[in-house]
Amino acid sequence: MPHGTQPDSILVQLNALAGGLFLLSTFGMVATRQVQGCLRFFIVQSIFLASSMLLLGLQPLSWHLIAVAVINLINKPIIIPWLLKKTVSEEVYARREIAQALNIPISLLVALALTIGAYYLAAPLLKVGAGLPALVNLPIGLATLLLGAYTLTVRREAVPQLLGLLSMENGAFFASIAIAPELHLFVELVIAFDVLIAVFVIGVLTRAIHEHIGTTDVGSLAALKEESSR
Amino acid sequence: MILIAILLLPLIAAILCWIAAIGKRVAAPVTMVTCSILFALSVCVAFRVNVFGRVVAVPGWIEVDALGTLILLLVTVVGALACLYSLGYMPRMTHDRTLLYHYYGNLNLFIFSMLAVPVVVGPSVTWLAVEFTTLLSVLLVGFESSRDALEAAWKYAILTLTGASIALFGFLVLFWAMRQAGGDSYTWTGLQGIAPHMSPVLLKTAFLTILVGFGAKVGLVPLHTWLPDAHSQAPTPVCALLSGVETTAVLYVILRLMPIAHISLGNGAERWALIFGLLSVGVAAFLLIQVHDYKRLFAFSTVEHMGIILTAAGLGGAAAHYGAMYQILAHALTKSLCFFAAGAVLMATGTREIASVRGLMRTSPLAGSSLLLGGLAIAGAPPFAVFLGEFAILRAGINQGHYLAVALLAIFLVVAFFGILLHLNRMVLGQSDEKIAALPQIPLTCSLTLFASAIPVIVLGLYVPDSLHQLLVRAAAIIGG
Repeated sequence: MPHGTQPDSILVQLNALAGGLFLLSTFGMVATRQVQGCLRFFIVQSIFLASSMLLLGLQPLSWHLIAVAVINLINKPIIIPWLLKKTVSEEVYARREIAQALNIPISLLVALALTIGAYYLAAPLLKVGAGLPALVNLPIGLATLLLGAYTLTVRREAVPQLLGLLSMENGAFFASIAIAPELHLFVELVIAFDVLIAVFVIGVLTRAIHEHIGTTDVGSLAALKEESSR
Repeated sequence: MILIAILLLPLIAAILCWIAAIGKRVAAPVTMVTCSILFALSVCVAFRVNVFGRVVAVPGWIEVDALGTLILLLVTVVGALACLYSLGYMPRMTHDRTLLYHYYGNLNLFIFSMLAVPVVVGPSVTWLAVEFTTLLSVLLVGFESSRDALEAAWKYAILTLTGASIALFGFLVLFWAMRQAGGDSYTWTGLQGIAPHMSPVLLKTAFLTILVGFGAKVGLVPLHTWLPDAHSQAPTPVCALLSGVETTAVLYVILRLMPIAHISLGNGAERWALIFGLLSVGVAAFLLIQVHDYKRLFAFSTVEHMGIILTAAGLGGAAAHYGAMYQILAHALTKSLCFFAAGAVLMATGTREIASVRGLMRTSPLAGSSLLLGGLAIAGAPPFAVFLGEFAILRAGINQGHYLAVALLAIFLVVAFFGILLHLNRMVLGQSDEKIAALPQIPLTCSLTLFASAIPVIVLGLYVPDSLHQLLVRAAAIIGG
């Protein structure tokens, strides 16, 4: 395994810092009330994801991880916001408040509980014997995965739901750079491309919903349900 | 080479369709020709697999064995039928015909993604292919742009992509487990070889996250909520593809994992498959009874059948695995017939409500009889293929000593049987209103599709060709490990 890094290595500590900030930006996504703010937190989150990739790619020098970091740095903070602006109309951003099923303080408490839960879930996996970075990356990645799923379920607005989805993917990758750093570069490239398609498709769908139904409050779409409605 | 051709053809067709200048005129014929060639090619692959065991295009990346070939074959069969059906159905049912080339372009891409799932051998690439099946079909589900269709498309996209993200984590853990064990070939066969040395904790986590994540896409209860919406709101040919083969193609990935998990975890993997399988069959069987929309009826029946196949895989043993394979085949063919028939009813009556359709046999004999045939076949009436599959699974379960599971499965199957026939009986037989005497004709290609898809449903119940039987046996052996 390439991660025979020393515990006191500055890179490992920096990686832990990146991990903390990554988690913090995920909490930001849960706490923010605005679509625009949600997008900003996502960008910040992606930057910390890329920096963690970069840090882990430096110590046992791995061009592979550095390449993945660069792909992420171009893809998520730059192309995705641009693509979103292109596909989804401006009005969607103009909406200041995001309707939400639970209020923010309760959401934050749930998020905290999920994070602690993620540490418990990760504990048995870490016993298998992972490198040092995994101690930081695996639980935080898992927590972000759960928080993303949580954001998805409580947010009622289209774009924040999409961002929740993307943040789940970020979480999976944050864990992966510690546990599966040698994943084939081709696969990483296609996944980056796949994320773009996801943003494009959901963006187009959001625009269609906005045009045909006149709202992007997707939580209010509930015409199709089990039959009691008739 | 043949596999690469299979992957490239729909992509080329999609590009042709998307170029507006030509696409507007040639989209439909190009798609039809592509689908027919794909079908012919996949039959070639099937014969070669029967002889050599597997067909390899790019070693370590693009290969196909018997299990993959079964899926490949079904995707191309249902794809070709759905395309033939679209020729007559889409122009009539779409409000804006100028946009039809979008539909065919998307259809080609969707078929491409489903063909990619069984022919790639790297689990991470398979994950990507499954993700693309969602992304490339979302716009097809919402194609009608009605409020309901868009809602269905949104739920479909969000829920299945969430599931895919969870599954992605599972695939990464699986990769980790493989590296820990010292393996270096992240392919299905490579995993199988290294599985005895894998850490059980990691493998269990990977298996469960993938089961739950992709289970959302297969429509396993409790993550099935999007399925009846998407599978009923999409244009009918797309419903046939979604219900008949897309769900199966994703279930294929879970089935692929079963032998790997079995080596390291013993019967743990089977137990989970049984729990999720039976839960899906049971819940779907009872929800079937209370539907008001006949397309939703068939969508719930898909949830039920995915549950049956997973249950069969969970029962274990060669006989149950053969039953699972046979059921995959029978379900894909029968369910597409059901949706084609449902589409014919929709064209004839213009409503999706079960209560508004009465006495179809008299007003529209073709739609009525095909609906009755499809309904009887999918409900599991003898002598159709689904009945044989279900019977084989139940018998295998008894031989394995899984009495409780078999009893539950049998009860749920009976409930579903009556649920489906109760609704269809009223629609097909029943007393019709006199005033709707002159129902619109069903387009020729749709009638042709109905005949063509009815043939295998009837024939397979009585006779399975030897080469097909061999393919199923080989595929079942792969699940057995």
